[in-house]
Amino acid sequence: IHFILLFSRQGKLRLQKWYTTLPDKEKKKIIREIIQIILSRNQKTSSFVDWKDLKLVYKRYASLYFCCAIEDQDNELLTLEVVHRYVELLDRYFGNVCELDIIFNFEKAYFILDEFIIGGEVQETSKKTAVKATEDSDMLQETVEEYMNKPAF
Amino acid sequence: MPAPIRLRELIRTIRTARTQAEEREMIQKECAAIRSSFREEDNTYRCRNVAKLLYMHMLGYPAHFGQLECLKLIASQKFTDKRIGYLGAMLLLDERQDVHLLMTNCIKNDLNHSTQYVQGLALCTLGCMGSSEMCRDLAGEVEKLLKTSNSYLRKKAALCAVHVIRKVPELMEMFLPATKNLLNEKNHGVLHTSVVLLTEMCERSPDMLAHFRKVSLVPQLVRILKNLIMSGYSPEHDVSGISDPFLQVRILRLLRILGRNDDDSSEAMNDILAQVATNTETSKNVGNAILYETVLTIMDIKSESGLRVLAINILGRFLLNNDKNIRYVALTSLLKTVQTDHNAVQRHRSTIVDCLKDLDVSIKRRAMELSFALVNGNNVRGMMKELLYFLDSCEPEFKADCASGIFLAAEKYAPSKRWHIDTIMRVLTTAGSYVRDDAVPNLIQLITNSVEMHAYTVQRLYKAILGDYSQQPLVQVASWCIGEYGDLLVSGQCEEEEPIQVTEDEVLDILESVLISNMSASVTRGYALTAIMKLSTRFTCTVNRIKKVVSIYGSSIDVELQQRAVEYNALFKKYDHMRPALLERMPVMEKVTTNGPAEIVQTNGETETAVLETKPPPSGLQPANQANDLLDLLGGTDITPVIPTAPTSKPAFAGGELLDLLGDLNLTGSPVSAPAPQIAQPPFLLDGLTTQPLFNDIAAGIPSITAYNKNGLKIDFTFERSNTNPSVTVITIQASNSTELDMTDFVFQAAVPKTFQLQLLSPSSSVIPAFNSGTITQVIKVLNPQKQQLRMRIKLTYNHKGSAMQDLAEVNNFPPQSWQ
Repeated sequence: IHFILLFSRQGKLRLQKWYTTLPDKEKKKIIREIIQIILSRNQKTSSFVDWKDLKLVYKRYASLYFCCAIEDQDNELLTLEVVHRYVELLDRYFGNVCELDIIFNFEKAYFILDEFIIGGEVQETSKKTAVKATEDSDMLQETVEEYMNKPAF
Repeated sequence: MPAPIRLRELIRTIRTARTQAEEREMIQKECAAIRSSFREEDNTYRCRNVAKLLYMHMLGYPAHFGQLECLKLIASQKFTDKRIGYLGAMLLLDERQDVHLLMTNCIKNDLNHSTQYVQGLALCTLGCMGSSEMCRDLAGEVEKLLKTSNSYLRKKAALCAVHVIRKVPELMEMFLPATKNLLNEKNHGVLHTSVVLLTEMCERSPDMLAHFRKVSLVPQLVRILKNLIMSGYSPEHDVSGISDPFLQVRILRLLRILGRNDDDSSEAMNDILAQVATNTETSKNVGNAILYETVLTIMDIKSESGLRVLAINILGRFLLNNDKNIRYVALTSLLKTVQTDHNAVQRHRSTIVDCLKDLDVSIKRRAMELSFALVNGNNVRGMMKELLYFLDSCEPEFKADCASGIFLAAEKYAPSKRWHIDTIMRVLTTAGSYVRDDAVPNLIQLITNSVEMHAYTVQRLYKAILGDYSQQPLVQVASWCIGEYGDLLVSGQCEEEEPIQVTEDEVLDILESVLISNMSASVTRGYALTAIMKLSTRFTCTVNRIKKVVSIYGSSIDVELQQRAVEYNALFKKYDHMRPALLERMPVMEKVTTNGPAEIVQTNGETETAVLETKPPPSGLQPANQANDLLDLLGGTDITPVIPTAPTSKPAFAGGELLDLLGDLNLTGSPVSAPAPQIAQPPFLLDGLTTQPLFNDIAAGIPSITAYNKNGLKIDFTFERSNTNPSVTVITIQASNSTELDMTDFVFQAAVPKTFQLQLLSPSSSVIPAFNSGTITQVIKVLNPQKQQLRMRIKLTYNHKGSAMQDLAEVNNFPPQSWQ
């Protein structure tokens, strides 16, 4: 996987994870381009788009689009499963996840993703394990409460 | 200073902004606050501030001033700090940033941290975006962690190793020992990442691949896969009743790489592949994902034919699936296999053709490519019907490819000439403007070859452009045909269908409209004008009209048209007796290459090379004048015309001085001012039109001679005889220079006795480089109808060492084979 993008129906970016190195300007351009391509596709089309030398696999869950860019030899159907698994993980962690959860807790969304995928490859195939690791890490976070009796950021 | 606002607060606030400007204002305010907070080195709230910065970064605002802060967070002891710090690093500190390398030490320390989650953070960050230098520095640590018993860390280390290998392939070797035990794990995370690591190694290095084949990796993988399939329900890894599909697919992919081009490995996996292929549930996407990977593997390894047929049948079933994604995937795979397993794919032809009607663009494209691959002699009629229908309705981006594909297929498999012409007509009329330019000459050549269909063809083409002459390729082909076969059109000779009644004037009307129309490209106009001209010999009543049209365009702004019109005018005025011969029907053309316009191997001297080449006559010609232009008409190459043995004229193209040369060779010395009228002698003209082919036949036998060798200048003659005209000898002269200085402004002139005719073509250059480092070549054509002994007097002028040199010589040592 080269990169993962999450964006809303209005084209607002909610999460971006890049597994390749590109200049900032380039990334912005790519994001704009891809959001436009995907938002313009209708219901009847497949979930796959040929884009440059990559394949875009996307799926819409409620108001959020999940988009992965994969290489030519990667399995598109499996990537759909990867996307689905990520949504399941988010759901398990947040409990009935919705877009707002991801907006307000974007850093958690990243943490969960990092327990699921590293360097563009899946690291954990067990639903339980990935979420548990995130929750355990949460436990480790020192709260500012410990110093000032106020909730952490 | 009050505590900076909390992240969620900020997010809430920003979301209330109603306009972009409002949002920008809020952001700027907050950024300012954050900046001052950073300046104050506030440790407590740094984490909060960076988190807010990351949020703003996601909205698209610059956040580079937070880079160093991320580093500080990573270095902090607090887990919260580290978590946000590493996240920030992954978002802001990619390897293009200068401060990227500063992370290395922190990561190194964290890789050895006592808390596994800290180690995990470090591994994750390194594995996602570590630069090559960082990878080099830390590879050892990663390797160590690869051997740990802690599965949480082991799986991350494995993927980290993958990243290291991708960045620094030379380091692959160091991970090899650790891979020995990787697959003995029970933990699925470790298994999965290990398979990914092994895959990466095998893909990158043939040595690794051989090594892993040797250590029985295949049986091990087969065993694991089998367990997955056979084992009972495992809630942790289950997806719709299938146990850990991610792992299954990765194993299948690794098996593919191991089995490729290797009989033993392929054999070891035959059974399991068959098992997976037959037992996997296909109701959900998951099952199909596994099947897809299985099919890819089967097709890529040396599997037995039964298995391959099974695979293709699976793809065939995919094609019938309602799910578009699955159809898409099926078409992609079929495209890959159609070359090798053609017959099996043929069985699914009708389904594939149905996919042409799909709404999804990618599916249509794949279906089109696949359809072209499947056309053969048996199904061509049916397939073409579908493809033509597709051409009608498909998106413009496909039309060019589709048209080209149809032409190719039609050419290969056309069941009858009439069908072929009809198909071409159909393409031209439906997608006329998308047809590629190079298709036009090919089509013309095709049409001339179907002799019995000429009347039918021209009639249909005429009808086609009657209504609409905007599609350039169509109009070009039509104009050419009308020009060529206009007489058939007017005489109503069509056998294939009802002949139409067309008068000569009507035909000229349409051609003139093409000429006048703004939609016609310059090239098209050229076609039209030439066609009109040709009709002057085919039509009987309208010659005056044609003359008028032609003379009008003599003053056209378009240079190409003007030149043609002027030449045609000349044809009417001065050379009317030549006109019929020049404009005769073209004979069947032989196809030379599939790319460029067909080279005319035999003609009767008609004008058409100018038409087939879409550029104006090349340079290198004699100074233009009427008569020469005429012969440009006859041959678009740089061959200067021949002068026959007319009573007064001399074969003087090299200049009047040559006649002085000819003095004592018993030639009459009348000067030639302007080149005399040239009458085309068909045989010679024929030779004139060809560039090479006809002359190579008897070249082998004739020895070459050195005609001149003095003062360092050597001139060699090599000979070729034409087998179509035994009186013609082609001499190629090569002039070389063995002195230390170049010879410049070199001019070679030759004269022959009266009974001969000489034609001198343009030399390759006028400079002979020194030290024999290059030569000038020039071609001389000699016509010797009386088969007399060949003699030649030559005159050489050139500049050398600052002075002008000149020499005369006689060449008498022509070998007998060159003139007998």
